[in-house]
Amino acid sequence: METALDTFEKFDPQHLPEFEPLAPGHRACQGCGEVLALRLAAKALGREMIVVSATGCMEIISSAYPQTAWRVPWLHVAFENAAAVASGVEAALRIMKGKGKITRDDIPILAVAGDGGTADIGLQALSGAWERGHNFIYLCLDNEAYMNTGIQRSSLTPYGAATTTSPPGKLSIGEGHFKKDLPAIAVAHKIPYVATVNPAYYLDLMNKVKKAALIQGPAYLHAFSPCPTGWRHEGRYAVKIARLAVQTRVFPLYEVINGKYFLNRKVTKPKPVREYLKLQRRFAHLTEEDIEIIQENVNNEYDRLLRLSEEVDLETKLTTSFQQYLDQLKQQMDEAYKKLREEFQHT
Amino acid sequence: MPTRTPMEVSIAVAKAVQQADVDVIAAYPITPQTHIVEHLSELVANGELQANFMNVESEHSAISAMVGAAAAGASTFTATSSQGLALMHEILFIASSLRLPIVMVVANRALSGPISIWNDHSDIMAERDIGWIQVFCENGQEAYDSILHAFRVVRDPHVLLPMVVNIDGFNLTHVIEPIYLFDQEELGDYLPEHRQQLKLDIDHPVTMGPVGIPEVYTEAKKQVEDALVNSKQTILAAWQEFARRFGRTYAPIEAYRVEGAKILLMTMGVISRTAMGAVDRLRERGKAVGLIRCRLWRPFPLPEFREAVRQASIIAVVDRHISLGAHSGPVCQEVRSALYTLPNRPQVFGFVLGLGGRDVTVHDFFEIVELSEQYASQGPPASEYTHIGLREV
Repeated sequence: METALDTFEKFDPQHLPEFEPLAPGHRACQGCGEVLALRLAAKALGREMIVVSATGCMEIISSAYPQTAWRVPWLHVAFENAAAVASGVEAALRIMKGKGKITRDDIPILAVAGDGGTADIGLQALSGAWERGHNFIYLCLDNEAYMNTGIQRSSLTPYGAATTTSPPGKLSIGEGHFKKDLPAIAVAHKIPYVATVNPAYYLDLMNKVKKAALIQGPAYLHAFSPCPTGWRHEGRYAVKIARLAVQTRVFPLYEVINGKYFLNRKVTKPKPVREYLKLQRRFAHLTEEDIEIIQENVNNEYDRLLRLSEEVDLETKLTTSFQQYLDQLKQQMDEAYKKLREEFQHT
Repeated sequence: MPTRTPMEVSIAVAKAVQQADVDVIAAYPITPQTHIVEHLSELVANGELQANFMNVESEHSAISAMVGAAAAGASTFTATSSQGLALMHEILFIASSLRLPIVMVVANRALSGPISIWNDHSDIMAERDIGWIQVFCENGQEAYDSILHAFRVVRDPHVLLPMVVNIDGFNLTHVIEPIYLFDQEELGDYLPEHRQQLKLDIDHPVTMGPVGIPEVYTEAKKQVEDALVNSKQTILAAWQEFARRFGRTYAPIEAYRVEGAKILLMTMGVISRTAMGAVDRLRERGKAVGLIRCRLWRPFPLPEFREAVRQASIIAVVDRHISLGAHSGPVCQEVRSALYTLPNRPQVFGFVLGLGGRDVTVHDFFEIVELSEQYASQGPPASEYTHIGLREV
């Protein structure tokens, strides 16, 4: 494991930071799961950080001039380039520190974008930044469609969901593809830290953001972000739906540290996916057969993650038992050597 | 004593960037700007320039990274051409509207299609309205000097705008010329230290790039326009100071043998040298021909331009770009609109030549002068502008 994580101290639920970098008084919809995830992530980083935002809901709701909801330095440039802009900020701070122009360069940089700004139009800039190894946290607030422009499908819209550009009809089930696996794409870039987060599991979310800030190099956080407006659910259900996403294994919580998978929350008795789907009108048109297809996909994906994390467990077990064997061997040899020496002294 | 060293212009440009002590350079390779950033990357690799050289995955990310770095308070430089500039298009407006002092060299090159790596001005003319200060260079010495000017101008707290230095691709970037380079001591404090007031600073948090609702958008745009127009004072002061210290003078509109000239050629960039040769030969033949060269393209130097053409009866404007579907090239349009409100305005004839690397010769300028005289005496041509060297197809 990364040495930086050895000193990691978890947030204490009794003593959470009070400072809110994202102030109340922004313009997010009631029951927005996305702003909740962003607020918790910002809270985990605190007063000393820089935020770079892509165009999207969280940019629009927080920055309408002449007001701003940001109590920390915040920069928005365009839709697809949050990762490139953040890498520029990071490169600037690093060299200016080297030249003595500034005194600090360990300021966490949080780049924020939605699913469209991450998985579609922003993927190239993100891939470039990962490849160059810039030290910043990228937070994808995945509300599973282009909500800011009016609920159009993205490559992270789930199979079967109704959006304004993937409507169900005589010839259509709604969105016809399964979600692009962004965390896996991040892992393929061999970056040191990848994790999924969910505002319903707020301590897990905040701790992962804190870890991401501790680790040198790129960190990717994929946040499940319920959207009452786009998912057609009641605002009061946002956290319930977020929790159900984990309980039904639709959105498993895991970490990938230096390529190794850790399933943070093993869901041994999963609720049926139907329970998650039925609260959202975007899935209202689905038939039993459609739900069966989704359930099967969820099962397969969960099994894949479980296998990946069990490999880590197995490796740990093997390493541990091998170490025990070595220790035993060393002990035996020491004893034998001691005995030999004693015999030698007698002769 | 100053010595002039033969040197590729791209190398001289890189040297100027080195002398400006930039912090962050981002670049994606595109011909013909490559030699500039190749040399800069060597300087960084050898420790001769302490900068962060970012090998980004596209020009779009190059300019995005520049915006981020400049917002963080760093001194920044990038270079591009043609399709690369076009890929940056979206962010160029944002850079000026965020008032970020970025310096960029554009090694001018034709735009696709058909794909062409050779020189004309279609790349930058498509970026006419981006809100950046823009100058055009005629030779290597001017290119080197212009980079130094650019860093001085953008670092001025009254300007806070990005700046493009246009250098014709191949015909300037790849040419070896005797160039006089300053020693760092000789340069003295001509280049001020890079200090930025508004930046991403945790002790003084600011929100940069907020949403502009209809109630504020117009005013925000007007402020960028005012800043661009007002930057002219700083630009002129930077050139005057340069002339005072180092003896080389530059002007927004440069004039060559304009005394008593009835016909004025108007050019931009490297073909101005060819045009000078044509003017010399036409003067030998007793023709009252002169040349004006537009050096400062944005902000357009309207009073200087009007003053420069006051005595002329004909202006032959040479464009190296086709403004598709318009009635003339962009420079000719600019010139015509600049003169429209004057009571005794000269006649303006537009010419387009040298597209996609087609050679421009003194004979082309002879033809331009001849046609202009013909149009002036026998009436204007059917078309609002004339192609020079266009083969029948």
